Amino acid sequence: MTDASAIGIAGALRAVLQRDLRIALRRRADTGSALVFFVIVVSLFPLGVGSQFELLRRMGPGVVWVAALLASMLAMGRLFADDHADGTLEQMLLSPVPLSLLVLAKTVAHWLSSGLLLVLVSPLLALQFDLGAEAAGVLLLSLLLGTPLLSLIGAVGAALTVGLRGAGVLLALLVLPLCTPALIFGAGAVESSLAGLGVAAHFSLLGAMLLLALLLAPLAAAAALRIALE
Amino acid sequence: MNPAPAPAFAPGVATSAGLEVRDLACVRSRRKLFRELNFGLGPGQLLRVSGANGAGKTSLLRMLCGLLAPAQGQVLWQGQSVQRVRESFHQQLIYLGHAAALKDDLSPLENLQLSLRLGGVAPNDTAALRALADAGLRGREHVPARTLSQGQRRRAALARLPLGRACLWVLDEPFNALDTAATAWLLGLIETHLQRGGMVVLTSHQPVALSESVVQQALAL
Repeated sequence: MTDASAIGIAGALRAVLQRDLRIALRRRADTGSALVFFVIVVSLFPLGVGSQFELLRRMGPGVVWVAALLASMLAMGRLFADDHADGTLEQMLLSPVPLSLLVLAKTVAHWLSSGLLLVLVSPLLALQFDLGAEAAGVLLLSLLLGTPLLSLIGAVGAALTVGLRGAGVLLALLVLPLCTPALIFGAGAVESSLAGLGVAAHFSLLGAMLLLALLLAPLAAAAALRIALE
Repeated sequence: MNPAPAPAFAPGVATSAGLEVRDLACVRSRRKLFRELNFGLGPGQLLRVSGANGAGKTSLLRMLCGLLAPAQGQVLWQGQSVQRVRESFHQQLIYLGHAAALKDDLSPLENLQLSLRLGGVAPNDTAALRALADAGLRGREHVPARTLSQGQRRRAALARLPLGRACLWVLDEPFNALDTAATAWLLGLIETHLQRGGMVVLTSHQPVALSESVVQQALAL
């Protein structure tokens, strides 16, 4: 690969990233809806269960993680759907820049405008479950490793269902089972921190899954998009 | 009728400098749209594809770009299958489909810059603004694309044609929704491109009103 084409690729990736972030900023209602959904779902549990602190502490990590999973699915459906509808997805397929890298840039932009927001509000939500500062910190870190993983897995599902009717439900059916390892180790990290055990093993596994997904998910999503657009 | 057609256009003759289609067949939802399609397109030549609605014009164009895998046969770019040389082929290609490929929330200028970036070209702001002005969008460069009319959207999409380095333009119904001024502007773009040794494939129901010197090939599906 020549230097000139490497610069062209970097420029194209930066342009796609900037474009998606700019669109997310201009459509704040869409961007914010997943975040509001996340906050509401998590808040329903303490309201429903009442002030049983022991119970809330025990279910807190799992509830926050399940809500994060559902909220990221909610936002995921639009990752490629809008681009497919207005024809820009076709232009991405026809770009000299490798499609898997463009998919990665889009997924990063998507995570920055959805997953990262969930991570940032999670310590506040942890308060509702009477989680201490340390457990809230572990929850934040587990979501920081976990939400990009959810976005990457979701990108494969979104690519497979692009252009289909009822894509939202199909996407959830495809992707939610694949996300269970992230849920188990993410919520597990907080639970073992509450129990006074180490969290290194959980974080290592989450990190390993994230690296694997970073490598494979963009390739799988790119292949799925080429098939979906035929 | 010219008894001795230019050799580059003779069916099956390799045009290593351009685009060649060999024995191409298209099947969409079990219906055979066309088969045994052969043609070549060399520098400075234009191919107009015509045919009834549903005859497979758009499918043919998508096959030429490599978006659609042929049911049979091959599309060759400089003698190599377009699936195999995808990235270098896409550097030489601009495809404009039915959709204008504009982001509604971005301005025509932002859209133009992005499509150039995606094509591997570093955008130059003055050149981009001039191209939009030539396209008749002066004063609308910074409004969201959703406020543009259908014809203006088309113009905004076509504005990238003169800025890229691509030598093959594949245009699906480019004259749709364009008024007479914009049609004349687009014809001028196509003619300049062909004079520079570019190639154009387009679908249109009407013959393209270009000057006599341009080699025009018609393909009816």
